Amino acid sequence: MSATAVAPRLHGIRHRRLTVLVVLLGALAVTVVLSITIGSKSVPVSDAWHALTAPTGTENDLVIRSLRVPRTVLGVLAGLALGVSGALMQGHTRNPLADPGLLGVTQGAAFAMVASIILLGVDSLLVYIWFGLAGALVASVAVFALGMVGGRGGPTPVTLALAGTAVSAFLAALTSAVVLLDEQAMDVFRFWQAGSISARGADVVWQVLPFILAGLVLAMINAPGLNALSLGEDVARSLGQNIALTRTIGVAAVTLLSGAAVAACGSLAFVGLIVPHLARPLSGTDHRWLLPYSGLIGAALLLFADVIGRVVAPPGELEVGVVLALIGAPFFVFLVRRRKPVRL
Amino acid sequence: MTTLTTRSLRVGRMSWQIRLRSVTVALTGLVLLALLMVLSMRIGDIDMSLAEVVAGTFDVNSPAHFVIMELRLPRALTGALVGAALALSGAIIQSIARNPLASPEILGVTTGASVAVVAGVVASGSVNSGVSGLLATLGIPALALLGGLLGAAVVYGLAWRRGLDGYRLVLVGIGVAAVFTNVKFWLLTIGDVNDTGRAMVWISGSLNGRGWEHVTPTALALAVLVPVTLLGTRSLDALRFGDDTVTALGVRMNLARALMILAAVLLAAVATASAGPIAFVALAAPQIALRLARSGQPPLLCSAVIGAVLTTGADLIARTAFSPIELPVGIVTAVLGAPYLIHLIWRSRK
Repeated sequence: MSATAVAPRLHGIRHRRLTVLVVLLGALAVTVVLSITIGSKSVPVSDAWHALTAPTGTENDLVIRSLRVPRTVLGVLAGLALGVSGALMQGHTRNPLADPGLLGVTQGAAFAMVASIILLGVDSLLVYIWFGLAGALVASVAVFALGMVGGRGGPTPVTLALAGTAVSAFLAALTSAVVLLDEQAMDVFRFWQAGSISARGADVVWQVLPFILAGLVLAMINAPGLNALSLGEDVARSLGQNIALTRTIGVAAVTLLSGAAVAACGSLAFVGLIVPHLARPLSGTDHRWLLPYSGLIGAALLLFADVIGRVVAPPGELEVGVVLALIGAPFFVFLVRRRKPVRL
Repeated sequence: MTTLTTRSLRVGRMSWQIRLRSVTVALTGLVLLALLMVLSMRIGDIDMSLAEVVAGTFDVNSPAHFVIMELRLPRALTGALVGAALALSGAIIQSIARNPLASPEILGVTTGASVAVVAGVVASGSVNSGVSGLLATLGIPALALLGGLLGAAVVYGLAWRRGLDGYRLVLVGIGVAAVFTNVKFWLLTIGDVNDTGRAMVWISGSLNGRGWEHVTPTALALAVLVPVTLLGTRSLDALRFGDDTVTALGVRMNLARALMILAAVLLAAVATASAGPIAFVALAAPQIALRLARSGQPPLLCSAVIGAVLTTGADLIARTAFSPIELPVGIVTAVLGAPYLIHLIWRSRK
């Protein structure tokens, strides 16, 4: 094909990709508005605008500013983080079963939290989250180190995936043992495990924000390298890629993103598992587009599920993790059945 | 080198390749299993000498008879059989999915069983103060079996679309497993914390109080399904090459695969009904076997033997390490199996 024929086609692809990006941003904006206005007390959009721009301390202002906004921001951050880290994880392990929890972050966070409860008597959410974050980081570094030992140029996909599964299973077993022996830890653990972004407050948002921002930057830096790696390590090496560096950046990004999200919101790694499969038919296998698409779909899906969870079982709420599984998973199965899956 | 390390076995029109290394691994595993079984007979609330164990086994009038024949032997046998069944199931699924992370969870068996049991425990707990005798002895295994088979039927039904694609099966399996797992989490949050505790013990996998009524069904399932899976080994080996190649090789792919999946589902469902979803055995045992036997795919019999060794050893630790508190065996299988698998991964990369 001559160069003149290729140029318009490339242009068309880029145009289509930008359109999809705008559509996804629009979908996220709609879910943000829904998330701010809908809840056990519904607030008209005009009142919500009033609360955000010129609060005067009315009841609606308080609901919006102290509850809805932090909850929405946390949902967006966690959804972005899980979507992007899921796509990174599947790219690096080249395994459609890989979720961000594969590096051990979910089980690392869970174990550190229940251990802090029974060993140190911790009983405040902010402190649990610090422990969860620390546990996630330590577990992830351990998995990466194990996956890397003896490997040439960084961990191979299979060893990384297996090491992650093994460490996760080990930590999950310890967590089960702890919660079976201590009823208070069990009580905290079962609610954390179900996954939720409610009742977290602005403090939690500020707590995880730096980690997620840093993770997003690293992820985008990682995208071109990951594209080269997905051609196979030998091809990537011959293209001049530093494989160990690319893998390390990728794992660091996954750790920061999913560690922060999971510590703050509980076990929602499922978002990271399905979202890349939803994004891949739209983006193709180019990670420079797959990562942002996954992030946006993750955020919109998480917020939407949270809104549903608020209204579906009045006067109570259903945890977002449960709603996600009940809505997201059947939708995912439907998509998988309808079209031929885009393979990794 | 393969000519030196393999022998072929021919029976009538059928022939198998026997890899000597796999045989060595399986035999070593069986010896280890026998040793662990003897230890399981000897150690417990009352420690016994070997002579007492032998007397208790064969002499009806021996004081140890009840402890050996009604408590320790059926429990140890349940552990070994359940471990073997789970590992075999995992080996089949990993071969079909061509994915080392696949396990019966992907087929909806263990997660389906967990949801059914947690729902049963939470529902009965909120009606009366405890799990009634009937639900504990008959109800829970029956619920688990039903839930496991239903879960598998859902996954298989959704993944079937003018034939079965291994990749689609895995993706559908993830989705369905996620639904079941999160429903389980949710059920755990709505129940009373005591019921939750009881349900947690079951979903961690436990051999506590398992008797002959658990040994018999698992043994029967293995007796029927092990020959079936061994006959299917050849088509399983072929499946590894991808769907197109397999069709070209003349294997009736969908039939062979459906039969093997059915066998895997039944093995996992029966095992889960007896002892709960014991973690990690189905995933780790085939991977350990593959590395010990240095074969390309999880060797079926080796996996089964290693699954049995892992579970029996884990239960011995689970009931003695923190005596009188007893841990669910599923916790110990992960604590034992995970470091060993990591060690093997580490060694094989050198």
